[in-house]
Amino acid sequence: MNYKIIHKTEYSYTHPVNLCYNEARLTPRNYAYQHCRDSQFTVEPEPRVCRERQDFFGNTVYYFTIQQPHNQLTVTVTSRVDVRSGEMQLNFAEHLAWEDVRQQLQTDRDPETLEIRQYILNSPMIPAMSELHAYAEQSFTSGRPLLEAVEDLSTRLYTDFIYDPDFTTIATPLADVLKYRRGVCQDFAHLGIGCLRALGFAARYVSGYIETEPLPGKKPLSGADESHAWFSVYLPHLGWVDFDPTNNQMPADQHITVAWGRDYADVTPLKGVVFGSGTHELSVSVDCKRVF
Amino acid sequence: MQRADLKNWNAIGDSYHAAKSADLSHDEQIDEMLSRDRQINPHWHGFMQALDTLGLAEMESRHKEVQRLLRENGVTYVVHGEQQGHRPWELDPIPLIISNTDWDTISAGLTQRAELLNLILTDLYGERRLIKDGLIPPEAVYAHAGFLRACVGLIPSGFPFLLNYAADLARGSDGRVWVLGDRTQAPSGAGYALENRTALARALPNLFGEIGVHRLSFFFRALQNRVLDLQYQLGQLESATRIAPHQKDNPHVVVLTPGPLNETYFEHAYIANYLGYTLAQGDDLTVWDGRVWLKSLGGLRPVDIILRRVDDIFCDPLELRQDSRLGVAGLLEVIRQGNVTVVNPPGSGVMENPSLMPFLPNIAKHLIGEDLRLPSVATWWCGEPKQRDYVLANLKQLVIKPTYRQPGGRPLFGSELSRAELDTLRAQINAEPHLYVGQEYIRFSTTPSLIDGKLKPRRATLRAFLFAEKNGYAVMPGGLTRCEGAKGELTVSIQGGGVSKDTWILAPEPEPHISLWQQRTGRIQTAGASEGLSSRAAENLFWVGRYAERAEGQARLLRIMMDKAKMGKMGLETSRLGQISPSTLFTETLGGEAREVSELTYLRSMLRSLTGLTSSHPGFANKGEQSLENELLSIMLDTENNGSLVSTLQALVSAAYAVRDRWSTDTWRVMNNIENLCATLEKSVPEDGDTGKQILTDLVLQEAELASLDQLMIFLSALSGLNAESMTQTVGWISLDMGRRIERALLLIVLCRSSLVAVQDEWVEDLLLESVLAAAESLITYRSRYRAALHFPTVLELLLLDEDNPRSLLYQLKRLQEQIRVLPREKLGYRLSEEEQLILEALTQLQLSNTLDLAERSEHTTQRNGLEKLMVRLAQILVDTSDVLTHTYFSHIQRPQQLTTTDNL
Repeated sequence: MNYKIIHKTEYSYTHPVNLCYNEARLTPRNYAYQHCRDSQFTVEPEPRVCRERQDFFGNTVYYFTIQQPHNQLTVTVTSRVDVRSGEMQLNFAEHLAWEDVRQQLQTDRDPETLEIRQYILNSPMIPAMSELHAYAEQSFTSGRPLLEAVEDLSTRLYTDFIYDPDFTTIATPLADVLKYRRGVCQDFAHLGIGCLRALGFAARYVSGYIETEPLPGKKPLSGADESHAWFSVYLPHLGWVDFDPTNNQMPADQHITVAWGRDYADVTPLKGVVFGSGTHELSVSVDCKRVF
Repeated sequence: MQRADLKNWNAIGDSYHAAKSADLSHDEQIDEMLSRDRQINPHWHGFMQALDTLGLAEMESRHKEVQRLLRENGVTYVVHGEQQGHRPWELDPIPLIISNTDWDTISAGLTQRAELLNLILTDLYGERRLIKDGLIPPEAVYAHAGFLRACVGLIPSGFPFLLNYAADLARGSDGRVWVLGDRTQAPSGAGYALENRTALARALPNLFGEIGVHRLSFFFRALQNRVLDLQYQLGQLESATRIAPHQKDNPHVVVLTPGPLNETYFEHAYIANYLGYTLAQGDDLTVWDGRVWLKSLGGLRPVDIILRRVDDIFCDPLELRQDSRLGVAGLLEVIRQGNVTVVNPPGSGVMENPSLMPFLPNIAKHLIGEDLRLPSVATWWCGEPKQRDYVLANLKQLVIKPTYRQPGGRPLFGSELSRAELDTLRAQINAEPHLYVGQEYIRFSTTPSLIDGKLKPRRATLRAFLFAEKNGYAVMPGGLTRCEGAKGELTVSIQGGGVSKDTWILAPEPEPHISLWQQRTGRIQTAGASEGLSSRAAENLFWVGRYAERAEGQARLLRIMMDKAKMGKMGLETSRLGQISPSTLFTETLGGEAREVSELTYLRSMLRSLTGLTSSHPGFANKGEQSLENELLSIMLDTENNGSLVSTLQALVSAAYAVRDRWSTDTWRVMNNIENLCATLEKSVPEDGDTGKQILTDLVLQEAELASLDQLMIFLSALSGLNAESMTQTVGWISLDMGRRIERALLLIVLCRSSLVAVQDEWVEDLLLESVLAAAESLITYRSRYRAALHFPTVLELLLLDEDNPRSLLYQLKRLQEQIRVLPREKLGYRLSEEEQLILEALTQLQLSNTLDLAERSEHTTQRNGLEKLMVRLAQILVDTSDVLTHTYFSHIQRPQQLTTTDNL
């Protein structure tokens, strides 16, 4: 499936900003199920310095600085991405029981597993909480295959939590999301990751897009006109498997992956330090369309 | 050595041995001076002999001398917590002495360890083979807050990571030296070690040569040279984009400090000063066009090398800790581009991680094929189940540390914890085992310290310092020894109240003295006047000028007032103002009642001046005289009152402290005296307001208070003299002098407005004129020049328009104009800059005025409106000038804000 994505971010300032430094993680990734054909950045006003690099997780980081007074900053990224349809044949029942997976993560000494173990640890936005453990446990009945248990967990998150764009901000602690049972896709993803880590599994955060237009006869997906986020769980020898608890589905060919990391803080789409007084307003729009 | 010589120092040794045996808590520890069979170790002979010659009593007085030197040199350590403030640095005069052979072993071990840690750092921020190959458990690194993912790939391969390294050492009961901890991000203490040596060398001048102690200056010279090499090495790198070409031979080096509130700020300033580098805070630097620049008075100046004392995570608010105000936004990207070298690079703090200690022997074998020459203190990392079980089973005997050292965090001693505390700790360890280690509790060796005139055993640790040379590491032949202050403490830390010691490494033969200055020939800095002075430093100097001048004015006026008040109590005939004082005259001619009224009028006018000076309105300006005593007291001593003398002095000291590296030793001593006096004044504040009157009466009557004002005047004059005579007349001095001129001019204006604008009875006016002249330090000039009674227009002439009177308003404005003229600025054709226009206007207005007209009373009023108008206008211009200077030259500093996508996903 081929997509064209236009992601536009606009900051309007009440007072002119003279200087700003920014980092954008808005370039879709290349990996087994996805090929990014092309990704173009347009920044207004024109940056004085821009550089591209790969971060620790292999995400593409676009760094730029603006050194002239400006009242508005616009970052537009236009990307063309081929998504290879999720051909993974996942027969849940035949896969390893979660107990065995957990055991393997701790005892396998191959370089990949040793590297993967960092995704079991707490991360800045996902602290350990006994409530997460308690919530997760219900899906992990004795001997159940890991993927089946995770799918159950993802479905429960979808059912138990209310998608509410007005309730949380980026600064809302996970504990509050858990307490009030509402949040947005980022919170759903963090919850899933927190639950899995509490039980000793490796889980990571994925940021990306989903197709804006609903398929014929389906209702539109949540988070379609902005950045989207979901989580991924690691299975030895199989690799990472994605779950989107916000839409209660396993991402296949309607999800476009931009970046991954331990949590939102590792993959913030656009962040920066600006020098100037006053406040700012933000508007974001995403248009993610199939091209044939 | 003569047998007879041995006798006495053996006596000192015996008494020390007795002290050690008597002290149960210290008896079992090995001692640095005494061997197991209670003999004095050979490497202490020279010192003990010298100590015998000197005598313990003399040593005690030298100790006092040392403390005095340290205090006067302003060697301090900032203490956080309840007793905040600058604590004087404590130095015990008995050094820790280490023999040459012993030190050879130790320094070989340290060098090996530094090389090993450098290899590990390079790997962790590169390929991470050590983790992938199973030599380091992933959690030991990935769960450690010091491992910064943003710093992976930061340093080009082949470039050294661990340039600056310090290790904490102690000798255990087996006689071996153990490494207790590693300091790898921004180790502190080398500057204190140097200052300790300097102070001790002054107090015990002959000892060093006789005994043959390794000098420390070699180490700093190596450091300086290495810093120059770094610049060269960086220039060679292909990855450097070099938007501006690097200055290979004369790099601009800054010491990046978190600022005066940091506990070791003294050292940052000291090191910057000693090595000839610029001291800067994060806000003083900016990233522009892919380089780091210093915001200096003359504009932006490129920075090549940053010796940082800011912790890793605070270095860059863009990529590291977002709320950091201590770092430089965009710094990491400049490092990646190879356009600046940071020593040590951010991320190096991951090696300050005791959970790596158990794995070091294996890693050493794997990476360098060697055994560790210097063992680490036995450490069990709770991330491994077996080690955790051991720690939990032996909690009471161990020292428990979190793997990541939080500011202010202290290790826990199992033996000191209650049952409940042990349970809590056990639960914490079980919850996140990989974040804790248990360490063996080492009984550090004791070493003699001078306590109450006697040698007594105190446990000590040594911080050793290394700097990467081109090949291998240079080890400082010495270090910072810290020993317990009060007995029985389990930790030995300066923050916790410990005492420091000089560390002597015996040299086979005496070494020549090396001055850093001699070594720098051929690399003489030819920086222009404004270079190297940050805008912040310039601003602080400006305010030092203003506060010093303000304090002087306040103190002088307070003294005059107190003299008068005292005189009022005791009868005016005892006037201290001088023999030909007109007040004597009016005492004789006026009756009692009239005298009281006029005294009040006079006092009110003077108090108005004081209120104006101290900006403590409403104060005397509107209140009745009932609160006079309290108000006067408040103006002098109240720290809550921003305009009080004490507050001004505090502001002066704090502005001076912020540019600690700019002052000569003598200037700093004067500043210290001012600080001490200020502390004394603060202490004399009464607890509640009611006692104010009584206290004031006492104050007035007590010669001591007047004396302290007199003393203050002398200190402030000394400061002003040193500023004028001993500071190079670069922009730094210009800033300070501009501050002084503006403040002095404003003070004069306040005096004129509050005392001379209103028309009074002739004799009150005379009294006022006399006081204003005295307050403006112009009374003597007036008398010697005019030898006449006080004449209003003549007084005005001298105070306002006399170009030869260094206290006159005209003089201040002219000086200010000169200073403003030479400030660095871009020429805008023939147009004058804003500040040039302002000062020109002020001068013109003043010079066009006529004192006879100014002295004239306005029709239908009791005021001299012309004088009032002129003074108000000039005051406004001066305030504007100060603002324009601040805006144009000082505040290139804008506050950063974080920008994140706060949209809901």
